[in-house]
Amino acid sequence: MKKQVSFLMAIVATSMLLFSCKSKITDEALTTAVNEKVAAMSDVAGATVTVKEGVVTVTGECKDQTCSDKCKAALEAAKVEGVKSIDWKCTIAPPPPPPPTVDVPASVNTVLNETVVQTLKDGLKDIKGITVDYTAAKPAIVGSVTAATRMKIMQIFSMAKVVPDVTKLVTIK
Amino acid sequence: MSVQEKYAALIAQANTLGVQQLSVAEKDGVLHISGVANSTADYDALWASYNTIDPDMASGDLLMNIDIKADAGTSLKVTTDSSNLNIRKEPNTEAEIVGKAAHDEVITLVEKTNDSWWKVITKDGEEGYAFAQYLSPM
Repeated sequence: MKKQVSFLMAIVATSMLLFSCKSKITDEALTTAVNEKVAAMSDVAGATVTVKEGVVTVTGECKDQTCSDKCKAALEAAKVEGVKSIDWKCTIAPPPPPPPTVDVPASVNTVLNETVVQTLKDGLKDIKGITVDYTAAKPAIVGSVTAATRMKIMQIFSMAKVVPDVTKLVTIK
Repeated sequence: MSVQEKYAALIAQANTLGVQQLSVAEKDGVLHISGVANSTADYDALWASYNTIDPDMASGDLLMNIDIKADAGTSLKVTTDSSNLNIRKEPNTEAEIVGKAAHDEVITLVEKTNDSWWKVITKDGEEGYAFAQYLSPM
Protein backbone atom coordinates (compact mmCIF):
# COMPACT_ATOMS: atom_id res chain seq x y z
CA MET A 1 0.00 0.00 0.00
CA LYS A 2 2.77 2.36 1.01
CA LYS A 3 4.58 1.48 -2.18
CA GLN A 4 1.46 2.25 -4.20
CA VAL A 5 1.05 5.64 -2.53
CA SER A 6 4.62 6.63 -3.19
CA PHE A 7 4.27 5.39 -6.76
CA LEU A 8 1.19 7.55 -7.24
CA MET A 9 2.91 10.50 -5.67
CA ALA A 10 5.78 9.95 -8.02
CA ILE A 11 3.43 10.00 -10.98
CA VAL A 12 1.73 13.15 -9.71
CA ALA A 13 5.07 14.82 -9.11
CA THR A 14 6.36 13.81 -12.51
CA SER A 15 3.25 15.00 -14.26
CA MET A 16 3.39 18.27 -12.35
CA LEU A 17 6.98 18.61 -13.33
CA LEU A 18 6.16 17.85 -16.93
CA PHE A 19 3.23 20.21 -16.84
CA SER A 20 5.26 22.99 -15.34
CA CYS A 21 8.02 22.36 -17.84
CA LYS A 22 5.58 22.67 -20.67
CA SER A 23 4.08 25.94 -19.40
CA LYS A 24 7.39 27.53 -18.40
CA ILE A 25 9.29 28.51 -21.52
CA THR A 26 12.83 29.42 -20.63
CA ASP A 27 14.15 32.95 -21.13
CA GLU A 28 16.75 31.51 -23.50
CA ALA A 29 14.07 29.99 -25.68
CA LEU A 30 12.12 33.25 -25.61
CA THR A 31 15.20 35.20 -26.58
CA THR A 32 15.63 32.94 -29.60
CA ALA A 33 11.99 33.20 -30.56
CA VAL A 34 11.81 36.98 -30.19
CA ASN A 35 15.17 37.41 -31.90
CA GLU A 36 13.80 35.64 -34.95
CA LYS A 37 10.92 38.07 -35.13
CA VAL A 38 13.09 41.12 -34.57
CA ALA A 39 15.75 39.92 -36.99
CA ALA A 40 13.06 39.79 -39.65
CA MET A 41 12.46 43.51 -39.10
CA SER A 42 14.97 45.06 -41.41
CA ASP A 43 14.00 48.50 -40.10
CA VAL A 44 15.61 47.92 -36.71
CA ALA A 45 19.35 48.39 -36.88
CA GLY A 46 21.66 46.73 -34.38
CA ALA A 47 18.79 45.06 -32.55
CA THR A 48 19.45 43.19 -29.32
CA VAL A 49 16.90 41.14 -27.44
CA THR A 50 17.17 40.30 -23.77
CA VAL A 51 14.61 38.38 -21.79
CA LYS A 52 14.26 38.20 -18.05
CA GLU A 53 11.48 36.15 -16.59
CA GLY A 54 9.36 36.57 -19.66
CA VAL A 55 9.88 40.32 -19.91
CA VAL A 56 11.37 41.11 -23.28
CA THR A 57 13.61 44.14 -23.75
CA VAL A 58 14.43 45.16 -27.29
CA THR A 59 17.07 47.75 -28.06
CA GLY A 60 18.28 49.01 -31.40
CA GLU A 61 17.78 51.93 -33.67
CA CYS A 62 14.88 52.82 -35.94
CA LYS A 63 15.03 55.45 -38.62
CA ASP A 64 12.04 57.35 -37.22
CA GLN A 65 9.22 57.18 -34.69
CA THR A 66 6.70 55.76 -37.17
CA CYS A 67 9.07 52.94 -37.98
CA SER A 68 9.70 52.28 -34.29
CA ASP A 69 5.96 52.17 -33.49
CA LYS A 70 5.30 49.87 -36.41
CA CYS A 71 8.02 47.43 -35.40
CA LYS A 72 6.90 47.41 -31.79
CA ALA A 73 3.27 46.76 -32.86
CA ALA A 74 4.43 43.96 -35.17
CA LEU A 75 6.29 42.27 -32.33
CA GLU A 76 3.28 42.55 -30.04
CA ALA A 77 1.00 41.22 -32.75
CA ALA A 78 3.27 38.21 -33.21
CA LYS A 79 2.16 37.10 -29.71
CA VAL A 80 5.24 35.07 -28.99
CA GLU A 81 4.23 32.46 -26.47
CA GLY A 82 5.62 33.03 -23.01
CA VAL A 83 6.20 36.75 -23.43
CA LYS A 84 4.77 38.60 -20.45
CA SER A 85 5.48 42.08 -21.68
CA ILE A 86 7.63 43.93 -24.16
CA ASP A 87 9.88 46.77 -23.14
CA TRP A 88 10.54 48.50 -26.44
CA LYS A 89 13.68 50.59 -26.06
CA CYS A 90 14.62 51.24 -29.65
CA THR A 91 16.03 54.69 -30.18
CA ILE A 92 15.36 56.93 -33.14
CA ALA A 93 18.26 57.53 -35.47
CA PRO A 94 19.40 61.16 -35.63
CA PRO A 95 18.25 62.84 -38.83
CA PRO A 96 20.74 62.52 -41.68
CA PRO A 97 23.07 65.49 -41.99
CA PRO A 98 22.03 67.98 -44.66
CA PRO A 99 23.70 67.44 -48.01
CA PRO A 100 27.07 69.15 -48.17
CA THR A 101 26.75 72.63 -49.53
CA VAL A 102 29.17 73.76 -52.16
CA ASP A 103 31.39 76.41 -50.77
CA VAL A 104 30.97 79.36 -53.07
CA PRO A 105 32.72 82.30 -51.47
CA ALA A 106 32.76 84.32 -54.65
CA SER A 107 29.06 84.08 -55.31
CA VAL A 108 27.51 85.86 -58.22
CA ASN A 109 25.52 88.99 -57.48
CA THR A 110 22.36 87.88 -59.22
CA VAL A 111 20.47 90.84 -57.85
CA LEU A 112 21.98 94.08 -59.01
CA ASN A 113 21.30 96.12 -55.95
CA GLU A 114 22.22 99.77 -55.68
CA THR A 115 25.55 99.08 -53.99
CA VAL A 116 26.67 96.67 -56.69
CA VAL A 117 25.59 98.98 -59.50
CA GLN A 118 27.31 101.91 -57.79
CA THR A 119 30.53 99.90 -57.46
CA LEU A 120 30.41 99.06 -61.16
CA LYS A 121 29.64 102.67 -62.11
CA ASP A 122 32.49 103.90 -59.91
CA GLY A 123 34.91 101.51 -61.54
CA LEU A 124 33.76 102.09 -65.11
CA LYS A 125 33.40 105.86 -64.75
CA ASP A 126 36.55 106.74 -66.67
CA ILE A 127 36.29 104.06 -69.30
CA LYS A 128 35.30 105.74 -72.54
CA GLY A 129 33.36 104.17 -75.37
CA ILE A 130 31.05 101.83 -73.51
CA THR A 131 27.54 101.90 -72.13
CA VAL A 132 26.16 99.40 -69.67
CA ASP A 133 22.55 98.32 -69.43
CA TYR A 134 22.04 97.55 -65.75
CA THR A 135 18.38 96.65 -66.22
CA ALA A 136 19.18 93.38 -68.02
CA ALA A 137 19.38 90.14 -66.06
CA LYS A 138 23.07 90.16 -66.93
CA PRO A 139 24.36 93.70 -67.27
CA ALA A 140 25.05 94.12 -70.96
CA ILE A 141 28.12 96.06 -72.01
CA VAL A 142 27.93 97.71 -75.42
CA GLY A 143 30.87 99.41 -77.11
CA SER A 144 34.34 99.08 -78.56
CA VAL A 145 37.47 98.97 -76.42
CA THR A 146 41.09 97.90 -76.57
CA ALA A 147 42.10 94.46 -75.31
CA ALA A 148 43.71 96.07 -72.24
CA THR A 149 40.58 98.03 -71.41
CA ARG A 150 38.46 94.96 -71.97
CA MET A 151 40.52 93.15 -69.36
CA LYS A 152 40.15 96.06 -66.95
CA ILE A 153 36.37 95.99 -67.45
CA MET A 154 36.30 92.24 -66.78
CA GLN A 155 38.39 92.72 -63.65
CA ILE A 156 36.02 95.38 -62.36
CA PHE A 157 33.01 93.12 -62.93
CA SER A 158 34.77 90.16 -61.32
CA MET A 159 35.62 92.27 -58.29
CA ALA A 160 31.93 93.21 -58.03
CA LYS A 161 31.10 89.49 -58.46
CA VAL A 162 29.00 90.14 -61.51
CA VAL A 163 29.14 88.16 -64.74
CA PRO A 164 28.37 90.60 -67.57
CA ASP A 165 26.97 90.01 -71.00
CA VAL A 166 29.82 90.93 -73.35
CA THR A 167 28.34 89.76 -76.63
CA LYS A 168 28.13 93.39 -77.80
CA LEU A 169 31.52 94.44 -76.51
CA VAL A 170 33.91 94.65 -79.42
CA THR A 171 37.67 94.50 -79.06
CA ILE A 172 39.55 96.95 -81.25
CA LYS A 173 42.47 95.23 -82.91
CA MET B 1 33.51 69.57 -70.88
CA SER B 2 32.77 71.11 -67.51
CA VAL B 3 33.94 74.65 -66.82
CA GLN B 4 36.31 73.25 -64.23
CA GLU B 5 37.96 71.14 -66.94
CA LYS B 6 38.01 74.09 -69.31
CA TYR B 7 39.95 76.19 -66.80
CA ALA B 8 42.04 73.33 -65.36
CA ALA B 9 45.28 74.95 -66.56
CA LEU B 10 44.33 78.22 -64.86
CA ILE B 11 43.53 76.47 -61.58
CA ALA B 12 46.83 74.57 -61.78
CA GLN B 13 48.63 77.86 -62.39
CA ALA B 14 46.95 79.46 -59.37
CA ASN B 15 48.17 76.55 -57.27
CA THR B 16 51.67 76.82 -58.65
CA LEU B 17 51.76 80.55 -57.96
CA GLY B 18 50.71 79.87 -54.38
CA VAL B 19 47.51 81.90 -54.49
CA GLN B 20 46.36 82.08 -50.90
CA GLN B 21 42.89 81.05 -49.72
CA LEU B 22 42.36 79.64 -53.19
CA SER B 23 38.80 78.55 -53.65
CA VAL B 24 37.33 76.96 -56.74
CA ALA B 25 33.65 76.23 -57.02
CA GLU B 26 31.13 75.81 -59.77
CA LYS B 27 27.64 77.25 -59.61
CA ASP B 28 25.04 77.43 -62.35
CA GLY B 29 27.60 76.83 -65.06
CA VAL B 30 29.89 79.59 -63.81
CA LEU B 31 33.24 78.77 -62.27
CA HIS B 32 34.21 80.87 -59.28
CA ILE B 33 37.85 81.24 -58.51
CA SER B 34 38.81 83.40 -55.59
CA GLY B 35 41.94 83.94 -53.59
CA VAL B 36 44.76 86.32 -52.89
CA ALA B 37 47.65 86.50 -55.35
CA ASN B 38 51.10 87.17 -53.93
CA SER B 39 51.92 89.88 -56.44
CA THR B 40 50.58 92.01 -59.26
CA ALA B 41 52.67 89.90 -61.65
CA ASP B 42 50.87 86.74 -60.49
CA TYR B 43 47.53 88.49 -60.81
CA ASP B 44 48.32 89.65 -64.35
CA ALA B 45 49.55 86.17 -65.30
CA LEU B 46 46.29 84.60 -64.15
CA TRP B 47 44.21 87.10 -66.09
CA ALA B 48 46.36 86.57 -69.18
CA SER B 49 45.70 82.82 -68.90
CA TYR B 50 41.98 83.44 -68.60
CA ASN B 51 42.12 85.52 -71.78
CA THR B 52 44.03 82.74 -73.54
CA ILE B 53 41.72 79.92 -72.51
CA ASP B 54 38.59 81.96 -73.22
CA PRO B 55 39.45 84.44 -75.99
CA ASP B 56 38.21 87.93 -75.12
CA MET B 57 36.73 86.42 -71.93
CA ALA B 58 33.51 86.27 -73.87
CA SER B 59 31.88 83.09 -72.56
CA GLY B 60 30.74 84.48 -69.23
CA ASP B 61 31.55 81.20 -67.49
CA LEU B 62 34.29 82.39 -65.15
CA LEU B 63 34.27 84.79 -62.27
CA MET B 64 37.82 85.32 -61.12
CA ASN B 65 37.71 87.31 -57.94
CA ILE B 66 41.40 87.52 -57.15
CA ASP B 67 42.79 90.05 -54.73
CA ILE B 68 46.47 91.02 -54.54
CA LYS B 69 48.31 90.70 -51.26
CA ALA B 70 49.19 94.17 -49.98
CA ASP B 71 49.73 95.40 -46.45
CA ALA B 72 49.60 98.98 -45.23
CA GLY B 73 52.64 100.85 -46.50
CA THR B 74 52.79 98.92 -49.77
CA SER B 75 53.66 101.04 -52.81
CA LEU B 76 50.90 101.18 -55.38
CA LYS B 77 51.27 102.05 -59.01
CA VAL B 78 48.44 103.99 -60.61
CA THR B 79 47.23 101.94 -63.59
CA THR B 80 44.66 104.22 -65.17
CA ASP B 81 44.55 104.20 -68.95
CA SER B 82 46.22 107.61 -69.18
CA SER B 83 44.13 109.90 -67.03
CA ASN B 84 44.65 110.94 -63.43
CA LEU B 85 43.22 108.86 -60.64
CA ASN B 86 40.94 110.77 -58.30
CA ILE B 87 41.53 110.52 -54.59
CA ARG B 88 38.33 111.18 -52.70
CA LYS B 89 37.25 112.11 -49.20
CA GLU B 90 34.89 109.12 -48.92
CA PRO B 91 34.92 105.72 -50.67
CA ASN B 92 32.48 106.64 -53.45
CA THR B 93 32.53 108.68 -56.65
CA GLU B 94 30.08 111.22 -55.25
CA ALA B 95 32.57 112.28 -52.62
CA GLU B 96 34.71 115.38 -52.89
CA ILE B 97 38.03 114.99 -54.72
CA VAL B 98 40.87 115.70 -52.31
CA GLY B 99 43.77 114.79 -54.56
CA LYS B 100 44.89 113.32 -57.84
CA ALA B 101 47.51 110.77 -58.79
CA ALA B 102 48.90 110.68 -62.29
CA HIS B 103 49.08 107.64 -64.54
CA ASP B 104 52.05 105.50 -63.44
CA GLU B 105 52.55 107.56 -60.28
CA VAL B 106 53.44 105.59 -57.17
CA ILE B 107 51.37 106.15 -54.05
CA THR B 108 51.15 104.34 -50.71
CA LEU B 109 48.47 102.03 -49.32
CA VAL B 110 47.00 103.10 -45.99
CA GLU B 111 44.34 100.39 -45.74
CA LYS B 112 42.16 98.16 -47.88
CA THR B 113 38.81 99.71 -47.01
CA ASN B 114 36.79 97.20 -49.04
CA ASP B 115 37.03 95.26 -52.30
CA SER B 116 36.59 98.32 -54.46
CA TRP B 117 38.05 101.22 -52.47
CA TRP B 118 41.43 101.54 -50.84
CA LYS B 119 42.63 104.34 -48.61
CA VAL B 120 45.86 105.77 -50.00
CA ILE B 121 48.30 108.61 -49.48
CA THR B 122 50.37 110.38 -52.12
CA LYS B 123 53.96 111.58 -51.79
CA ASP B 124 52.53 115.07 -51.25
CA GLY B 125 50.49 113.84 -48.32
CA GLU B 126 47.11 113.86 -50.08
CA GLU B 127 45.15 111.17 -48.27
CA GLY B 128 41.85 109.66 -49.34
CA TYR B 129 40.14 106.87 -51.18
CA ALA B 130 40.87 105.59 -54.67
CA PHE B 131 39.29 102.84 -56.75
CA ALA B 132 41.30 99.67 -56.13
CA GLN B 133 41.13 98.34 -59.68
CA TYR B 134 43.37 101.20 -60.79
CA LEU B 135 46.04 100.45 -58.24
CA SER B 136 48.65 97.73 -58.59
CA PRO B 137 50.65 96.72 -55.51
CA MET B 138 54.37 96.80 -56.32
